[in-house]
Amino acid sequence: MEGHMKAEPILEVREVTKTFGGIIALNRLSFDVFRGEILGIIGPNGSGKTTVVNCITGFIKPTAGRVLFRGNDITAKPPHKIADLGVTRTFQIMRPYYSLPAYKNLVIPLFSPRARRTGGWRGGGRMGDRNTVGIDILEEIGFERDSYVPYKTTSTLPTGYLKRLELARCLALKPEMILCDEVFSGLSMSEIASMVPLIERLQMDGITLIMIEHRLRELFQVANRVMVLNFGEKLVEGSAEEVMTDPRVREAYFGSEEVEEVMTHA
Amino acid sequence: MSSEKQQQRRERIDRGIKVRTGGIYALMSWRELAYLISPRLLLIAGLLLLPLVMPGMYWKRVISIVCIYALLALAFDFLAHFVGLVSLGGAFFVGVGGYLSALLNTKMGLSPLVCVPGAALMGGVICTLMLMPCLPLRGVYFAIVTLMYPLFLARVIEALDILGGTDGIMGIDSFPNPWLEQYFVISVVLVFLFVLRRLVNTDLGLVLRAVKDNDQAVKASAMNITHYKAMAVFIASSIGCLAGACLVHIYMWAGISTFALDFSVLPIAATVIGGSGTLVGPLIGCLILVPVSELLRDFGTLRIVFYSLILLAFIVFRSEGLMIYGQRKYHQLERWKAI
Repeated sequence: MEGHMKAEPILEVREVTKTFGGIIALNRLSFDVFRGEILGIIGPNGSGKTTVVNCITGFIKPTAGRVLFRGNDITAKPPHKIADLGVTRTFQIMRPYYSLPAYKNLVIPLFSPRARRTGGWRGGGRMGDRNTVGIDILEEIGFERDSYVPYKTTSTLPTGYLKRLELARCLALKPEMILCDEVFSGLSMSEIASMVPLIERLQMDGITLIMIEHRLRELFQVANRVMVLNFGEKLVEGSAEEVMTDPRVREAYFGSEEVEEVMTHA
Repeated sequence: MSSEKQQQRRERIDRGIKVRTGGIYALMSWRELAYLISPRLLLIAGLLLLPLVMPGMYWKRVISIVCIYALLALAFDFLAHFVGLVSLGGAFFVGVGGYLSALLNTKMGLSPLVCVPGAALMGGVICTLMLMPCLPLRGVYFAIVTLMYPLFLARVIEALDILGGTDGIMGIDSFPNPWLEQYFVISVVLVFLFVLRRLVNTDLGLVLRAVKDNDQAVKASAMNITHYKAMAVFIASSIGCLAGACLVHIYMWAGISTFALDFSVLPIAATVIGGSGTLVGPLIGCLILVPVSELLRDFGTLRIVFYSLILLAFIVFRSEGLMIYGQRKYHQLERWKAI
């Protein structure tokens, strides 16, 4: 994995603070993400993980602080501009277009200016084109092409496919970064097992990933570095092993069976 | 009776011919071709024949008014069902389009056939610009603002005594002859029906529907939703302004009553009755509601009472909308099946 990383960070979060009324969701949070790595962010419920994703992708504006992508300030930019730069995200509560067939979901990101610029597909305006590219992407992400699954109405698909559809929407934009907000949650063990190689392949394709997870064991399989948040502040940052053996993490997660289990196995 | 009913459920199956005509095979048989084309042909031919069969000037005029309302209902259905913007702006569009066309005609002496498209385009731009501030917002704001503008503009015209004040603008040219008027509005309705049906099925239409379904995901897909909403509002308000422009040339008068709330409310009722989301439904709703409202004039004050009762009956007994009901009956067999 070292080979993928370069010294300069692709994303820099600088002293980002977000308050909701009197509640401090993020408190002067700073961290770097390096090109090609997978950064895991963990933390107890309410520790500000999703707020980090929202602040980076522009869905909420930080109260203070700056976010730099490739050295450019993206703090004040609206979400679609940030996505246009290649910083894409998935939603923890999946947001597909439920009334459309699964593959039609991808026509929308493929219609975007970024996809028109970056798409390897024959950029013409013909209607059939985006549909076939959409099905290609779905196949890449684990929809069985020749089955009926890509053509089913999205509202009838099980959670596993919806999570994949979230990733597919990002992939349609040919992203530089994907911020995954709990892509493993709500999936069965076997579904997660098939998701892990997918994440690894995204990394091999040169995409930088930030993964927010509660499923620690699976996260530690893929993440190069892990950051622990607690009450909107960075508790620890380092390799999976360093993080899990840190007594402060044990304290923050006190009572969580999974952490206990992972830590005793570590 | 109830125990018997509980043993059964209603089963709906696509007709064989419907399944076959879904593919290219439709081109191979006249029967299947007819199955696809005849409902559409019936609508087009029916509308084109209407002016010929209507007795007298009065009912011919009613047909024109039906078409005006149909355009507004079409715009409402497009915005509400395919973009997720509930518009109460019928009156706003009619007023803006009407006054613009009146000004173009009386001040610049242009022919109605130039004024109407001109007013539609200019009106579309003006309405879109005025509605721009509430486009980034979700929720009821769009409905409220579209409801506010016609009230606001009517009072501005009244208070400042501009654009003819309470008397309105008089001396507007009518269409060159009544037949042209009839067929102009009818063909405009048919053209926009066709264009909108095509539009909502293109990739652009899919993006608009996605904005309704889930605007956050569209933002995350690197697209500016305000831009697409503005585009849709321009299309809808142009159609509305076109309707208003036709109206003032039919009445040869533009006044404050072009901002009347009837233009906002009746299209919505027609959409509900006809079946929302079908685009044809609103037209059928107008074909029913407007003539009914004319027929009820004989009842004097009780007119509104009967009108409301008819509306209520439709909503209670056919809440899905006539068009959706009709489509189902046309495409599917229904039977009771024992469980």
